[in-house]
Amino acid sequence: MCGIVGLFLKKDDLRPQLGDMLTDMLITMTDRGPDSAGIAIYGPETEGMVKITVQSDSPEEAFGNLDVAVSAAIDGPVTIKVVDTHAVLTVPEASEAAAIAWLEEVGLRIMGAGSSMEIYKEVGLPKDVTARFGLRDMGGSHGIGHTRMATESAVTTMGAHPFSTADDQCLVHNGSLSNHNQMRRTLARKGVFTRSENDTEVGAAYISSRIADGATLGEALEGTIKDLDGFFTFVTGTKDGFGVVRDPIACKPAVMAETEDYVAFASEYRAFADLPGIEAARVWEPEPATVYFWER
Amino acid sequence: MTTTLDLTATDLRAVNTTLQAAARAQANEDYEIINPRGAHAMACGLDGPLAVTIKGSTGYYCAGMNKEATVTVEGSAGPGVAENMMSGTVTIEGDASQYAGATGHGGLLNIKGNASSRCGISMKGIDIVVHGNIGHMSAFMAQKGNLVVLGDAGDALGDSLYEARLFVRGSVKSLGADCIEKEMRPEHLKILAKLLDEAGADAKPEEFKRYGSARKLYNFNIDHADEY
Repeated sequence: MCGIVGLFLKKDDLRPQLGDMLTDMLITMTDRGPDSAGIAIYGPETEGMVKITVQSDSPEEAFGNLDVAVSAAIDGPVTIKVVDTHAVLTVPEASEAAAIAWLEEVGLRIMGAGSSMEIYKEVGLPKDVTARFGLRDMGGSHGIGHTRMATESAVTTMGAHPFSTADDQCLVHNGSLSNHNQMRRTLARKGVFTRSENDTEVGAAYISSRIADGATLGEALEGTIKDLDGFFTFVTGTKDGFGVVRDPIACKPAVMAETEDYVAFASEYRAFADLPGIEAARVWEPEPATVYFWER
Repeated sequence: MTTTLDLTATDLRAVNTTLQAAARAQANEDYEIINPRGAHAMACGLDGPLAVTIKGSTGYYCAGMNKEATVTVEGSAGPGVAENMMSGTVTIEGDASQYAGATGHGGLLNIKGNASSRCGISMKGIDIVVHGNIGHMSAFMAQKGNLVVLGDAGDALGDSLYEARLFVRGSVKSLGADCIEKEMRPEHLKILAKLLDEAGADAKPEEFKRYGSARKLYNFNIDHADEY
């Protein structure tokens, strides 16, 4: 089944509560996906710097002097924020590729990178995963989350959503893609490589690849309707935006709510129950094969 | 007198047990459920006269298998509302999600907002009135009953339809295999007038078009293979 949620704030005053609201939404979606949970959250930026989120199964060992080591490797300033099994390294924009290459070389798993986006995901119940990362205390402008019931690949950290295949871009998915191996090969021929065996990562890579070719996010999302086969409801995040698309059959559930303060997405209405002002919100079901997108 | 059940204080299972017992006792009482918070399977399996008002939105399978009871949702309903309903009335003040009224055998499902895809799929005698629009693949394999739509219908309306009657006032994006527009005869106007009245719908029977089965797909015939 899987559960997906998303929240895009239109006003700044709710920013400190973003993590808290998303946590409740995710926990409510536990019975749609108890295998793993994850979140991408768009928070504060530092001019000229990029955040790289990495994961390790032995964080004490791996993250000990990581900032010093990365700093030496890229010959530039690096700061580190360790959050349970994840660490967010802030590096100069110009050194991003070198830092990622070095981090992968030493065996760290790259969750995502971007000036604003941080990704946290682990195997386990959503309530445990969100508590480990202290998600409730995180603020930001928008975020997307996922509770996974695994179908297309193993229950591992790398198989958890969200998937990020380009800076500040991420994707969560409810459904299953039937042409993901074919699409993975097509993308690989273009030099686009994925890090897992998961079908959703291919969906994310498809969108990133289209954007890299010059498509707008809207056009890339339109492209999923034509080029990806299977069942899907996708929710995507970009640095300034938040998008939703469902396949033409639209078997996978989706509901949206909009107020003056926010736009929210969830697999089920239940996830909205604690949102402020939800009683007066416009609530609707997104149409199949239709792209919805908000930008600030 | 109305009994209020609060879902923040009472377990969903206990609420359904209470409602089902009251229905079986032929109590014909009024119940109000507050704080539904999109819960699943609310007011399901009611087998007797009872009036239930749900003050808010519901999740999957609300009022499923309803018999004789009157259930009103003062909000939107999730997928599968009033599935396999036998009789009684289910009213949704807001929108209904996928497969509303699926396989229903009788009674009236009255949706004041829009219904999404697969509305009335495989309906078997239920009457469904949708005041707004309906989504794609609605009334797929519908066998009996009436689907009335005041707004527009999505793609593939009435695909592989049997004997259900479909009345649409607005546009139809496309008709499914073996579904055709049919003549509106006096008996159809009469049926439609009655349904519109029961549903409190502000529309005239003359404004609707009727769609039904061309009856080519009832039995497999190789000459009709292209129709599928």
